[in-house]
Amino acid sequence: MRQHPVRWLTALLVIGAVALAVSACGSSSSSSTKSSSTGNGGATAPGVTATSITFGTHQPLTGPAAPGYSEIAPASQAYFDYVNAHGGVYGRKINLIIKNDEYDPTLTVNVVHQLVLQDNVFGIFEGLGTPTHTKVVGFLNASKIPDMFIASGCPCWDNGTTQPYSFGWQPNYTIEGKILGQYIKQHFAGQKVAVLYQDDDFGMGGLAGIEDEVPASSIVSKEPYQSGTTTLAPQITAIKASGAKVFVMFTVPIYTAIARLTAFTLGYSPQLVVSNVGIDPHTVGDLLAAVSKGKASGDALIDGAITDGYLPSFSDTSNPWIQLFMKIKAQYDPKAPFDGNVEYGMANAYTLVQALVAAGPHLTRQGLVNAVDNDGGSWTGPGLVPFRYTTTEHGGYSGVQMAKVVGTSIDPFGPVLTTPPTAGSPITTYTGTPATPPASGIPSN
Amino acid sequence: MIAVRQSTLLRSLAIVVAAALILLLLSGELSAYRQLQLAEGTYFFAVLAGLTMLIGLSGQVSLGHGAFLCVGAYTVSLLIADEGWALAPAIAAAVVVSCLIGLPVGAAASRLRGPYLAGATLAFAVGLPALGDKFPSLFDGENGLTINPPAVPSWLGANFSLEHWQAWIGCVGGLIVLFVLLNLYRSGLGRSFRAVRDDEIAAALCGLRVGRMQTLAFVISAGCAGLGGGIYAAVLNLATPSAFSLTLSLSLLTGAVVGGLGSLTGAVWGAALLVLLPNWSNDIAHSLSLSGNVSDNLPQAIYGVVLIVVMLAWPSGLQGGVRALVGSARARWGGNGGNEAKRIESPEGGGEK
Repeated sequence: MRQHPVRWLTALLVIGAVALAVSACGSSSSSSTKSSSTGNGGATAPGVTATSITFGTHQPLTGPAAPGYSEIAPASQAYFDYVNAHGGVYGRKINLIIKNDEYDPTLTVNVVHQLVLQDNVFGIFEGLGTPTHTKVVGFLNASKIPDMFIASGCPCWDNGTTQPYSFGWQPNYTIEGKILGQYIKQHFAGQKVAVLYQDDDFGMGGLAGIEDEVPASSIVSKEPYQSGTTTLAPQITAIKASGAKVFVMFTVPIYTAIARLTAFTLGYSPQLVVSNVGIDPHTVGDLLAAVSKGKASGDALIDGAITDGYLPSFSDTSNPWIQLFMKIKAQYDPKAPFDGNVEYGMANAYTLVQALVAAGPHLTRQGLVNAVDNDGGSWTGPGLVPFRYTTTEHGGYSGVQMAKVVGTSIDPFGPVLTTPPTAGSPITTYTGTPATPPASGIPSN
Repeated sequence: MIAVRQSTLLRSLAIVVAAALILLLLSGELSAYRQLQLAEGTYFFAVLAGLTMLIGLSGQVSLGHGAFLCVGAYTVSLLIADEGWALAPAIAAAVVVSCLIGLPVGAAASRLRGPYLAGATLAFAVGLPALGDKFPSLFDGENGLTINPPAVPSWLGANFSLEHWQAWIGCVGGLIVLFVLLNLYRSGLGRSFRAVRDDEIAAALCGLRVGRMQTLAFVISAGCAGLGGGIYAAVLNLATPSAFSLTLSLSLLTGAVVGGLGSLTGAVWGAALLVLLPNWSNDIAHSLSLSGNVSDNLPQAIYGVVLIVVMLAWPSGLQGGVRALVGSARARWGGNGGNEAKRIESPEGGGEK
């Protein structure tokens, strides 16, 4: 029983060695903190110097949400590269640190802490995903970190009172659901409707919008799915059995593809109505071709699907915004296809530059937030509708236009519609004229 | 000194106090992000220590420990968010709940062997987080639960950061696990576990109830994982089904194996690896200027290669590698090392397969 002391001394030494190793890493990062806080050209915030401003973002570069969405942040980066090549904003070049969170909330928390505490970013930009970003909103607001233009339409961002530092950007899913629901009510009156939705605030927000417009007696099936699952066979079988003629999906692209392919193999061909986040034709078409191992032509399977948009269609090459973004993509992000995701990343980046311009040369975190609160509602850009930005509303775009998938294009039709995200409030036609991009392609005061 | 050597309790206390002192000094020196990583390391350590005890000491494999982490995290989140409990009793409750859930799973597991045991625990890891989606009113579905970060006590002063406090919470939890398991390894119970592991028939002939021993080991290990889950909730402030995927359970097993099965020091290595390796492989992948598609997927490849290399170089894990280095150093400089047979039976559990 008598122990040689060396054994447990070894254990202690190991703990000590690990401690030393970790503390060595720690001190090296704290020294970089000091160096970055010098020479900031009148600005008084971490992540800002006289010549640079650094944002961080969490993106699903791999994992279930990666198809399509992984193009978004590099497209934003491309737009920033374009702005930087033309002198930046008040002489500051915009850096974007992109971290992969694999659409896993644990990793989101981890990488956002890393961005804020270790990389000392000025703010978070375009953090992607509802289940992911909801887990860091509390931390970012408690730490007073600007949380700009979240890449998710969750209604939960839209609260400037409790979350003054977080701003949505795309139309919230309830707005989108209401407008899609009104279209279904008008054009598929009396037909049975089924809804497939992601079982979180993304899917539930969209479902709430549909239920606000479509009579409850018409909705014959509501099937949730969990992100990460590999099959939708039970859901699609139930939806087919319900006899629905209209099939609404609040799904990310991979699940749009799986649902469509499952319906195809079951011989079920309803009218598809898909949220704008889940129907980029390039992404879904490629996924369909991939998951069916080339047996199905992806584009044909989603041809005729009804969706909506709040930016000019990426396939409308006569639009000056699309021409601008295509030019920038060709120079700074040449390997990516030009699709809805790339357009999204560029348009969102454009809005961030608008905010930085409005915040003025003496950049502070509070100043950036104030700029959006005070001016954001009047900004014009690629969007078809105005932003809902006030000190209390942080919701992003206020409406959408109906659209249809035709081949590999998205063709908008009908009027541009706006509505508040509250139940029962009316849907109205927006009559403002679309803006044209500035000659430089960069917003200015 | 002799008393410390002869009494298991005093010896464990001495180790825990020494580790606590090191952690106390260390946590003050770290940057905020490193403090958070330290806190993450402690919940991994709590799970890995219990898991490595289960596999190394009792000889049962579990692919389902991520589920117990899930139980702990949800228990703490629910108690704090809905019932307004304080953190410490909530974590204690998480341990109790995990043990209670571990009891039937352990009882079932004690009747299974080899691949069947692995399969059953695997099913547990896959199935349990889905309950969150099955009862959305209680667990809020795929959104999961979000809780407020633990408040820093006022007696620590206004400048004491949240991350520092979270690191302390994690360290206390980790040290409790360390203390319990250090004692267990040298207790009669620990020897009974070993006896059952080495030869079930011989152990039964000696009067040990094999099934009961294996169930007990499983319950203790589940309790450690539940404590880890409690720390998880205190550090990350969330509990969501997708956070406790099968991948997590598998990486826990990886951490235990690569750290060194059966060894508590190995659990420290394993925890450090699980926290640091993903970041390192990410940094390496993105320091090479590769195209997006390659560099996004490279971290997983680097992760895999590191694990393969470690297992090839040191089949008994990192702790086995350290021990071999120490052994050869002692042999060279004339110590009394190099006695493999003696080392295999050491209470640190080194070399146990």
